[in-house]
Amino acid sequence: MPSFDTIVIGAGPNGLAAAHRLASKGAKVLVLEAAATPGGGAGLAHLSYNLDARVEKVMQLAAHGLALAEPNLATTALSPDGNHLRLEGPVGERLSGAVTDQDHAAWAALRARLLRFAAVLSPLNHMAPPRIAKGVGNPLVKLAMIGLRARLMGAKDFRELGRILLTNVHDLLDDELTSPLLKGALAFEAALGGWLGPRSPNTVLPWLVRLSGQVAGRQGALGLPKGGMVALGAAMAASATAAGVTLRCNARVARIIVEGERVQGVTLTDGEEIRAARVVSAIAPKTTLLTLVVARHLDAGLVTRARHLKARGGAAKLHLTLREAPDFRGAQLTDRLLIAGSEHDVERSYNPVKYGRVPDRPGMEIMIPTAHEPHIDGKHHLSAIAQFAPHAPADRDAARADMLAACMAQLEAHAPGIGALVESAEILMPYDIETRYGLPGGQWHAGELSVEQMLFLRPLQGIAQYRGPIPGLWLASAGCHPGGGVSGSAGWNAAIAMEAE
Amino acid sequence: MTALRHFETPLFKTPFHPRTEAANKLWAWGNWGGYTTALAYQDEALEYSAIRNSATVYDLCPMIKYRVEGPDAAAYLNRLTLRNVAKLTVGGVQYTAWVNDAGHLLDDGTLFRLAPERFRICCQERHLNWLEDSAFGFDVTITEETEEIAALSLQGPTSAEILRLAGFAIDGLKPFRMAEFSLGKGRLMISRTGFTGDLGYELWTTPDQALGLWDLLFQAGALHGLRPIGSSTLNMARLEAGLIITGYDFTPADTCVREDRLRSPLEMGLGWMIDWDKGHFTGKAALAAQRDHGTRWSFVGLEIEGNISAEGAILYHRQKTEVGVVTGAIWSPILKKNIAMAQILTKYAAGGDIWAEIYALRELHYEKLMMPARVVDRPFFTHDRRRATPPGRF
Repeated sequence: MPSFDTIVIGAGPNGLAAAHRLASKGAKVLVLEAAATPGGGAGLAHLSYNLDARVEKVMQLAAHGLALAEPNLATTALSPDGNHLRLEGPVGERLSGAVTDQDHAAWAALRARLLRFAAVLSPLNHMAPPRIAKGVGNPLVKLAMIGLRARLMGAKDFRELGRILLTNVHDLLDDELTSPLLKGALAFEAALGGWLGPRSPNTVLPWLVRLSGQVAGRQGALGLPKGGMVALGAAMAASATAAGVTLRCNARVARIIVEGERVQGVTLTDGEEIRAARVVSAIAPKTTLLTLVVARHLDAGLVTRARHLKARGGAAKLHLTLREAPDFRGAQLTDRLLIAGSEHDVERSYNPVKYGRVPDRPGMEIMIPTAHEPHIDGKHHLSAIAQFAPHAPADRDAARADMLAACMAQLEAHAPGIGALVESAEILMPYDIETRYGLPGGQWHAGELSVEQMLFLRPLQGIAQYRGPIPGLWLASAGCHPGGGVSGSAGWNAAIAMEAE
Repeated sequence: MTALRHFETPLFKTPFHPRTEAANKLWAWGNWGGYTTALAYQDEALEYSAIRNSATVYDLCPMIKYRVEGPDAAAYLNRLTLRNVAKLTVGGVQYTAWVNDAGHLLDDGTLFRLAPERFRICCQERHLNWLEDSAFGFDVTITEETEEIAALSLQGPTSAEILRLAGFAIDGLKPFRMAEFSLGKGRLMISRTGFTGDLGYELWTTPDQALGLWDLLFQAGALHGLRPIGSSTLNMARLEAGLIITGYDFTPADTCVREDRLRSPLEMGLGWMIDWDKGHFTGKAALAAQRDHGTRWSFVGLEIEGNISAEGAILYHRQKTEVGVVTGAIWSPILKKNIAMAQILTKYAAGGDIWAEIYALRELHYEKLMMPARVVDRPFFTHDRRRATPPGRF
């Protein structure tokens, strides 16, 4: 067995991005993945919206098999009466269907403003978070440039950014728009992957983070890779391997070895020990600190803060195999389909989840990949993200059954007869996602992306610059700045921070 | 509805209260951690004299006590505290301290190893939340046992003789060791520890044995000058011994509001406690950085000219630049010196041209004094009889 100087835990987008960059700079890197295939959380996602352009370019993902089936996917917000709303172009550049004339103009203005704000903030994604202290080597010029660009938007926009930054999506939409389907679609979009309803404070900021992403140079666009998001993970793995990274799947890390108060390697669940002076954890910081490192090697206050890190997943994943194509009252099946009748529907689906219960009418993001590329089994496959789902209900099996029933009822209401087409159904509740993907609480972003857990507070104040609390340990997961999605940004930023050592 | 009348008597009484109440001729009471405690009993001069010349008892019940037990107890305490708990054998006592992640002092206290996997922490402030938080990942149980234990401090040159007369064979007991005895229908643990810098013991039993213990001691001590003392007198003795009190000499980090008032053990003269080689403990990285970069503050003993206590005095360099503050001071009767302990900027901690600005209230007017202060080693007072084993028969 060759020796490695760096072990990366987790072959998700961040782990692979970090591994690639480190290996390209000469490190001997071993990536350990618990699952049978690389990709990690990418397999959970439907679409690409924030793949880091630096990662995409340097890792030459196109050359390693990444191709987009659709670089700019349209969305149809479904209405049970067939009077749908279609959003084409990035973030609904063009609207058609159930929308008032007044909202056409209002949305165009709001959309442009949001994209402008997101673009101003986006350079933050490509740097380590600043530290709130003097003389700690903050990139002051870069930070000043971000401030300057925000100010250069003009007094009106600058003031507006300040006004909406920490407000909630519901109020923001309510100020400008009237069409329920449009507001529902946007509220659902903003709430995706989080544990906040549209009326929860601070829902605008995570939305702006989401809108700072891009696909093929188009800000706010949604991309569908050929072969699905799994193909994106596979392309990243292929690229990392080509750069000299050794990738081992079915290798679950049980412990990070700490000796002499520094990291010395890892122990796998089968007892195998692998030594390396540097360990980069690209799995959730909460798991890394509390399970892999264990408390006795860490300061007590840090452990308490890690225990209190909020990681509640609010999304369930539904997979259906259908005998034939469903009919969503005429909606194009190649679109991303949304069930979110209004901003109130989204909020109402969040309410019971706060108390560990299943909503009657969950919102859903539906993809039918087989509408783009036929499956070898000749059947149709429907995949849906259903929000919200409780992450810790009293009775998990009952909640899972209730959630499946609620999802099927929602589908039936929008695509009559779909129930009869179902050959097999599988639903993953947040706790199932936790078990399968190792994400604490089934939280997509490996830790909730909300303002109190962002930037220099992500994952925790003091360890937000990717350097872990023990010499030799680095944190490089979506639980770090800038957060989740399938971006590779955190891993890439972490590798840059390691080079600066 | 008696349950709703608790506010009329907000202070607890210690198990010794029937005796301390009877002895408290001055009716001078104070609130110590929510308990009614005697500030002085009869005559402070006689109480002080008894500490240095005969023997005294001091009601220790309000000290906060936690029991730490379980297979990981030693590992847990090694991560919690500054000293090396592995070096503490069963029957031993460690004076130690603990800090938060930033290396700021939370408290100091004594750690008793009662059994291989059972310890007692005895300290000034309440820390259950910190101790519980620190227990995550360790197989230990933390129990607050303040009210389960009645404790008396028996200090002074004749304290050993009084224990002998009371029937306890303590001749072999060395400083910072403890031994168990039977007492009435209960048990008594005697540790050779104290807060006076003199020969002395601390006695730990259950509340039901408290009054019996008090009576036994006063019976045995009748001809050995035993008297109860209050907090005022104890404060004099502890200052002579150069010992600090949490909340007086530094503000504990968990209640400290002002960022610049936080103090580390290195700044409070407790750096000697830190075992840098024992492995990780909470606050180690922060303390190592401070050790390497130097501290801003230091803690020193001072001898100040004159005989006016410098309590609360501001320290100046060259009578001009403010460089520190006195946290505790007395005119020491045994040393015949004006002594003080102070937080001082490290830059000036070596001494030289340091002055104490003392405001002495004299018949409603302040006399402002600027007195030279000399930095001296602590303790100001100690005595060979403190360590002699077996202790002398005074």
